[in-house]
Amino acid sequence: MNISGDDFIRGCSAIGAGLALIAGIGPGVGQGIAAGHAAAAVGRNPGAKSDITSTMLLGQAVAETTGLYGLLVAMLLMFVKPLLNK
Amino acid sequence: MSNYPLLLSGDVDFMVKGIFKYNCFGHEVWITTTHVCALIVMLILIVFAACAGRAVRNADIDKAPGTFLNIVELLMDFLDGVINSTMGKNAAKFVNYILTLFLFIFLSNISGLLGLRPPTADYGVTFPLGLITFGLITFNKFKHQKVSGVIKGLCDPWVFWLPINLIGDFAVPISLSLRLFANVLSGTVMMALYYGLLPIFVKIGIPAVLHIYFDLFSGAIQTYVFCMLTMTYVSDAIGTD
Repeated sequence: MNISGDDFIRGCSAIGAGLALIAGIGPGVGQGIAAGHAAAAVGRNPGAKSDITSTMLLGQAVAETTGLYGLLVAMLLMFVKPLLNK
Repeated sequence: MSNYPLLLSGDVDFMVKGIFKYNCFGHEVWITTTHVCALIVMLILIVFAACAGRAVRNADIDKAPGTFLNIVELLMDFLDGVINSTMGKNAAKFVNYILTLFLFIFLSNISGLLGLRPPTADYGVTFPLGLITFGLITFNKFKHQKVSGVIKGLCDPWVFWLPINLIGDFAVPISLSLRLFANVLSGTVMMALYYGLLPIFVKIGIPAVLHIYFDLFSGAIQTYVFCMLTMTYVSDAIGTD
């Protein structure tokens, strides 16, 4: 079976895209910790629920950024294929 | 050969498509789906704003407000509350801009529900929004902290921190716009994959739940975050003087 250079690059791009999504671990753990602490805070002070929720969502959205960079790299590798010379 | 050889069954499609091409001083310029969708969103907003303005102007103080006026008042109350609680005494100067930003980004994000391709799923839309925020931050920094204050802030702990502080400043618009872009794009791609790759019988009913999460929830959160961060950065730049 012959594998041309282009096919090889496509396959490696797919593997790279999969590896790039390992970046999703960090934000997952971080958002879980943030949500857990927010739940604890609501338990201690139920009156401040709306403030706690909005602060938690803001912090989680900011923490999500690194995971999204991984997603963008994966997208570029899968669909734009910058490594293939067209 | 298909453009997406990795996606075997063909009709997965979430790319920006060119509609109309013309030559502008020797450059190829495309009118794409993003332009059209952004124009539709703006048209909806303009009509909404005109109707709201008329409803408010013709409102009768002695009578209870009607349905439409109630919705407008609810929206304004909510946004005024958010902006006032974040920006404090600076709110009055920025409430118009933040409101416009909020409505545009929100309607853009949920326009996937109307069958459009969300304009914010194009980096050419979100990056200018980030640049506007960057311009606001820089302008207010120079206006309120003067040149000496800006230089002092850049060399904060010590002079050698200058390049790091500069990178930190210039990363703001990029991270802001990439966050919005990547979130909306991921929702668009997920929906395109769902509609494109799965058999027909799971496409009835179930996508409603996915649309609620990917379009409504994610879009609303990202709108809130973008406006909130813009407000926080601008109030930081203005300082407490």
